[in-house]
Amino acid sequence: MRYISNTPAQQREMLARIGVGSIEDLLARIPAKARLSRPLNVPAAMAESDLVRHLRALSALNANVDDYACFLGAGSYDHSVPSPINHLISRGEFFTAYTPYQPEASQGTLRSIFEYQSMMAELTGMDVANASLYDGASSVAEAALMAHAVTERNAIVLSKGVNPLYRQVVETYCEGPGIRLKSAPIGDGATDLDALRKAVGSQTAAVVIQHPNFFGCLEDVKAAAEIAHAQGALLVVVADPVNLGLLTPPGALGADLVVGEGQGLGVPMSFGGPNLGVFAAKQELVRRMPGRLVGATVDLDGQRGFVLTLQTREQHIRREKATSNICTNVALCALMATIYVSIMGKVGIRKVGELSTAKAHYAAEAFTKIPGVRLRFTAPFFKEFTLELPKSPERVAKRLMKEKILAGVPLKAFDRAQKDCLLVAVTEKRTRSDIDAYAAALTAAVA
Amino acid sequence: MANVPADLRYTKEHEWTKLEGDKARVGITAFAQEQLGDVVFVELPKVGAKITAMKAFGVIESVKAVSDLFAPVSGEVVEINAELPKKPEVVNADPYGNGWMIVIKLGNAKEWEGLMTAGDYEKLIADAGH
Repeated sequence: MRYISNTPAQQREMLARIGVGSIEDLLARIPAKARLSRPLNVPAAMAESDLVRHLRALSALNANVDDYACFLGAGSYDHSVPSPINHLISRGEFFTAYTPYQPEASQGTLRSIFEYQSMMAELTGMDVANASLYDGASSVAEAALMAHAVTERNAIVLSKGVNPLYRQVVETYCEGPGIRLKSAPIGDGATDLDALRKAVGSQTAAVVIQHPNFFGCLEDVKAAAEIAHAQGALLVVVADPVNLGLLTPPGALGADLVVGEGQGLGVPMSFGGPNLGVFAAKQELVRRMPGRLVGATVDLDGQRGFVLTLQTREQHIRREKATSNICTNVALCALMATIYVSIMGKVGIRKVGELSTAKAHYAAEAFTKIPGVRLRFTAPFFKEFTLELPKSPERVAKRLMKEKILAGVPLKAFDRAQKDCLLVAVTEKRTRSDIDAYAAALTAAVA
Repeated sequence: MANVPADLRYTKEHEWTKLEGDKARVGITAFAQEQLGDVVFVELPKVGAKITAMKAFGVIESVKAVSDLFAPVSGEVVEINAELPKKPEVVNADPYGNGWMIVIKLGNAKEWEGLMTAGDYEKLIADAGH
């Protein structure tokens, strides 16, 4: 942390330089009645040691994933964060979340974003990716706007398997341009393809599905792509890149845009943010992409270098005709993901997927042996599944917290029809004893 | 002095247009492509699009700048040069020939008379300090 000193001597020096006698003189033109005549109503300053003690006491009021076994998901997952990430991102050269203003002077930053883009393109099976979106929700919304611009069509069909919070953000974004939203229901856990086919028409700009979806179930991406493409619409797939070491990249299944939440790639849950929006596209759509793109090139001496490229899509050049008003980079979280993928490698990231899904299936099996507890859907799931409970999921979750277990996300707040359901996520970090302890606590809670 | 064919009409935004029966072929002038430098991208409307005189119908991007393309006349786009998105450099090499952009079916024949002649356009670019 940078510390800027401001001693009385320095204050005198600054005042002398501008020819003012005192700080009070600087404020003299502000009418007395507009000024606060008493000290601010804040507690007195504390010594550092007292302050640390105070803050620790406050933070101890929070549950956290170091002390609790976390089965929460619904878009934010307790995947492991290898310790080199925190060390490397804390370096002064990297420690900014912001987009470089004089980009080509920051070759290291551009290089790290370029590597991130390349990794995301490979994981998603797309040609090009950016590092410009803040979270999964806004990446889905930007994909909807982009599909509208590319196809010059005015309707988006959203599967109800897409995270309901993301769908709300899409609604907000689409209100201004007047894009109509239709939804396709889910059947037994996955999008009802017959209903999807009926919802898609000649005015559909894009079909949006999430894979695995909000309820944890796998979607038939290929079939959705065929339905979208038959009507000339794009297929947008919302995906979690940490799963894509194991699952077939959506690009290979017909997706035109792959977006989603990249938090699982080495970014801590951090009480819900900052997160990492993934945005990847096929080459032919690159000129309609939102955000900034880093390209590799050579300089006059033939040496490799990095530049911001295709900037003529962007707001500072194209003004109101820009592809979007996104003109930033989520550079620090993208760097975490870049370090994560480098550390894990091809084998490691695949292993994360394998362990997560194997443990999730072990957990589902153990939990559904408990009388009254069953899976809500029969569709295959990946690392997250929807349990139907014989007692209020809110109460069950509260009770399991006493056992230091974060049991999952009760679905009532998202959809009243699922009020008996609890969404449970299992990552590679959960141990057999975590899962067995959960099963024992759940047995007691629903008895 | 840049090449300004006498049989064409022009806009102050540096598009040329050529009358072909009840249609008008449109491109950008030799002067415009010189000023832009190497063209790297051209975005054209779809066939069937309705366009309005002196409103943007597309986008041209060079290594130096990005500009809108302005329609000399109103009407419906009946043909586009599908080669351009793949080979934008043709605009530099042959602006009045293979570098053409769109063909418009004239919606209002009177607009034609309001366009600049080769003489007017030569004067415009001479005044622009060329």
